[in-house]
Amino acid sequence: MMRASPARIALYVVSALVLVYLILPVLIIVPISFSSARFLTFPPPSFSLRWYQQYFANPAWMQATRVTLTVALLTVVIATPLGVAAAYAISQSKLRVMRLIHMALLLPLVVPIIITAVGIFFVYARVGLVATMPGLVLANVMLGLPYVVISVLAGLQSFDPAQEMVARSLGMNRLRSFFAVTLPQIKSSVVAGGIFAFISAMDETIVALFISGGQYQPLTKRMFTALRDEIDPTIAAISTLMTAASFFLVLLATSRQGKKT
Amino acid sequence: MLALVSPALLVILALIVLPVGWLAWQSIYHDGFTLENYHRVFTEDVYWRSFALTFEISLAVTAIALLLGYPVAYLANSVPKGWSILILSLVVLPFWTSVLVRAYAWLALLQRTGVINQFLRYLDVISEPLALVHNTFGTVVATVHILLPFMVLPLYATMQKIPSDLMQAGASLGASPSLTFMRVFLPLSLPGVLAGCTMVFVLCLGFYITPELLGGGRTVMVSMLVSRNVELYNQFGAASAVAVVLLLSVLAIFFVVSRFISLDRVLGQK
Repeated sequence: MMRASPARIALYVVSALVLVYLILPVLIIVPISFSSARFLTFPPPSFSLRWYQQYFANPAWMQATRVTLTVALLTVVIATPLGVAAAYAISQSKLRVMRLIHMALLLPLVVPIIITAVGIFFVYARVGLVATMPGLVLANVMLGLPYVVISVLAGLQSFDPAQEMVARSLGMNRLRSFFAVTLPQIKSSVVAGGIFAFISAMDETIVALFISGGQYQPLTKRMFTALRDEIDPTIAAISTLMTAASFFLVLLATSRQGKKT
Repeated sequence: MLALVSPALLVILALIVLPVGWLAWQSIYHDGFTLENYHRVFTEDVYWRSFALTFEISLAVTAIALLLGYPVAYLANSVPKGWSILILSLVVLPFWTSVLVRAYAWLALLQRTGVINQFLRYLDVISEPLALVHNTFGTVVATVHILLPFMVLPLYATMQKIPSDLMQAGASLGASPSLTFMRVFLPLSLPGVLAGCTMVFVLCLGFYITPELLGGGRTVMVSMLVSRNVELYNQFGAASAVAVVLLLSVLAIFFVVSRFISLDRVLGQK
């Protein structure tokens, strides 16, 4: 049709530049993390694992890593069942309030995170949850819920509720029919929702800045504080590991979603 | 059914509705009702300038994101499926990288001894390092980078729904490709433009990490006003009032936009 017209070539060039702009910063941290230089030099003078050693040998970074992994895991364990139950109720019920409830469950995506963070800080300060593990987990469950709800609702859309009716007419109760008939069919969307909740908890920074402290500081909070002071390539090593983890999880989630169709 | 949804609803009520309500209350009540906090927000220079700066930066970021995102979405929509999957993956992958990691990457790229300055000096284009970061420029570059996927995805979703026969009809009636684009394709893609712009603008209004780390203390956006009032000055009332004004701006934008397009379109991307 309009093969290789000047406009078309301009489109390719502009798009390629934009894609480089999108990807380059994500990739640039990898060579920096394997550099032997104390200060940022590019290209790196020689290959070294010293920043990874520094990360794994530092008790403070290790403690923060444990906090991050614990919080992310607990977030998934709590947010996934809550989100699945809510999505199921929203898709099945004809009640009018459900629309309102659906909107409420998406609030964490609408309210600017800085406002949520400060608000939670004030409430936690009153009830003694600042700098505690339960406080951190609860906040991340709230932030992760929309991802589970959105993903599972999408999964339920392609599921025919009549199948569950059949199971019930054959004598199963509602709970059993859900686990035997519905859940296996929406499994991939549940797993994807859980994975997104995990990533959201792993990457969450702003709420943690306000409510975490002492020994219960996640990686992101320590990284943020370190970035304010000086740029230490250890951060590049941690960033590379976090990015690798995110990519792996996203691939896992999307490959499962792909299987559904 | 209400029983099933109530645990999730409880979490939302306790951890976002209550905290935001608390902020609103704290902004008007301190040993009796007072509007003093709002009076400060609307009259003191520091606050005014910060709100103005935040809106300016958000507008700039939105405009740049649209200019950069539209061609990418258009290309992804007009190439064979394998290519469009590749393009969209390149758009989505940074999306799932921590914002903090990306802010760090931009620091590494833009600082005085950073990758870009070293490269330009190596090429002898410059003799003194350019001030690319710790200013508004660095903030905008990194913020656009982080928010660009929120622009591309709704644009692509909208373009996908435009039937290609319409373009062929335009061509068969004798219109040039650029005329069909301007008169047929562009108007039909406007809902996607609106959805993408809304998301980027609203997210930018409350952005915290990039201005804090890349703004060099001079680019005081509203979010930093909130955090400084809490962390440095213990001005909880003032922080709350700023937060309420910010939230109301965001809700007002969503409300106006929802008159034109469904909000699912704006929110359902991530």
